[in-house]
Amino acid sequence: MDKLLYIAASGANQDLLATSVRANNLANAQTNGFKAQLEQARAMPAYGEGLPSRVFSMTESPANNYEGGAMITTDRPLDVAIQGEGWFAVQTPEGGEALTRNGNFTMTAEGALQDTKGNLVLGENGPVFLPVPIQNVTIAGDGTISTRLQGAPENAIEDVGRLKLVNPDLDSIKRREDGLFELKTGGFSEQDITVGVRSGMLEGSNVNAVEEMVQMISLQRHYEMQVKVMNKADQLSMRGNMLLRMI
Amino acid sequence: MHPALWISKTGLDAAQTDVAVVSNNLANASTIGFKKDRAVFEDLLYQNINQPGGRSSADTELPSGLMLGAGSKVVATQKTHTQGNLLTTENALDMSIQGRGFFEIQMPDGSSSYTRNGQFTLNDQGQMVTPGAGFVLQPVITLPPDAQQVTISQDGEVSAQLRGQAEPQVLGQINLADFINPAGLQPLGQNLYAETAVSGAPVQGVPGLEGLGTLAQGTLETSNVNVTEELVNLIESQRLYEMNSKVISSVDQMLGQVIQQL
Repeated sequence: MDKLLYIAASGANQDLLATSVRANNLANAQTNGFKAQLEQARAMPAYGEGLPSRVFSMTESPANNYEGGAMITTDRPLDVAIQGEGWFAVQTPEGGEALTRNGNFTMTAEGALQDTKGNLVLGENGPVFLPVPIQNVTIAGDGTISTRLQGAPENAIEDVGRLKLVNPDLDSIKRREDGLFELKTGGFSEQDITVGVRSGMLEGSNVNAVEEMVQMISLQRHYEMQVKVMNKADQLSMRGNMLLRMI
Repeated sequence: MHPALWISKTGLDAAQTDVAVVSNNLANASTIGFKKDRAVFEDLLYQNINQPGGRSSADTELPSGLMLGAGSKVVATQKTHTQGNLLTTENALDMSIQGRGFFEIQMPDGSSSYTRNGQFTLNDQGQMVTPGAGFVLQPVITLPPDAQQVTISQDGEVSAQLRGQAEPQVLGQINLADFINPAGLQPLGQNLYAETAVSGAPVQGVPGLEGLGTLAQGTLETSNVNVTEELVNLIESQRLYEMNSKVISSVDQMLGQVIQQL
């Protein structure tokens, strides 16, 4: 049978994978701090005997879309959004460092600051612990956290540290399997004092729903074309078989 | 079957949960002492199809891989404990807390629960109880049958003018309980919350002291639901739901086409 069928089948298969990437983006259109995945197909030549026409395709996700998402006002003091470029650093369960743009932090009964996955939020010198009981907490534009203890006078504001805000080169980070990001080389990134934050706000998902829908349509039509080619391959070989039958 | 179908299904589930949270907020837009919830979305685990940085030959590496996400999920509903607006009622047994703190309520099984709803009434023994189920406010305040005018001071002292007496009589003291992390309290319904491991233990105190809020008699704290915000959330969730269902029908058409054409 002609290899045409396999090439078309590989195209169709990769289209389905690409559809999954788009479907995941759309499913996360409301996940705070989510960064959309990009998807592209790459040519994989596998030339053999005869004409060099055997080029399979391979879907890959070469990068993520690191554009900022829409800012959502929440007025909750422990909601923080990064202005412009930069990342929050959190401690992974293994003790390493992961990066996130989702600044929806919560506080445990012991005063530890956590992200929504339960990872400890890192400050300049390790995980951030707030003194308890707390009356109110303010996170300043440079990530400095100040608190007023419960019952303390209005002017007894205490600085308890500063969020670790980092800004590594976007080419040097990758997505982890739990959706956070990390340095490709592993290890810890450097604090960047130029990263600014805004408290009382959250960064929404940066998924552009219209773009995803359009890509979905384009993938669907492309897939149909592959199926059409598979159909043609089927017809060609059927004709071949009929030819033999006539003799 | 095709992963995109399941991925979109998680998106549909999450959007549906969000609509449920929003509708609960809207339904409680006029519940005294209600604190709004918000659904927290998270992306699910990723599956590595092609490992980025894997070897493509002895000297070269794959520049980029393919990681397929498994969709999204609502991981938590977070209560936002901001102050609601004040409503003046002129009812002597209505109170609101201005600032931090909760009223402590004794449950029928002897355990304590906590509320921000300051609508109290009396039971047949003259004790101050919650209006719905009639659970007793802690510490117990008992009003004598001949009490005329009840006064609750800012710092929680309850006094009443008794018939035939010139001096008002002190009946008791309402204390407030506070938690390190109020967002960690477990909502029980009936405007009540229960202590959990993450909320921290309750710290009792006199209203107005040590950072606790003060009491205001004759006022109530309304729900902190912002109706406009909820409606915007509703629109967003509805459209998200529609888009995810569109993906499902798209994939369905793709698979249908294979079945028909081949």
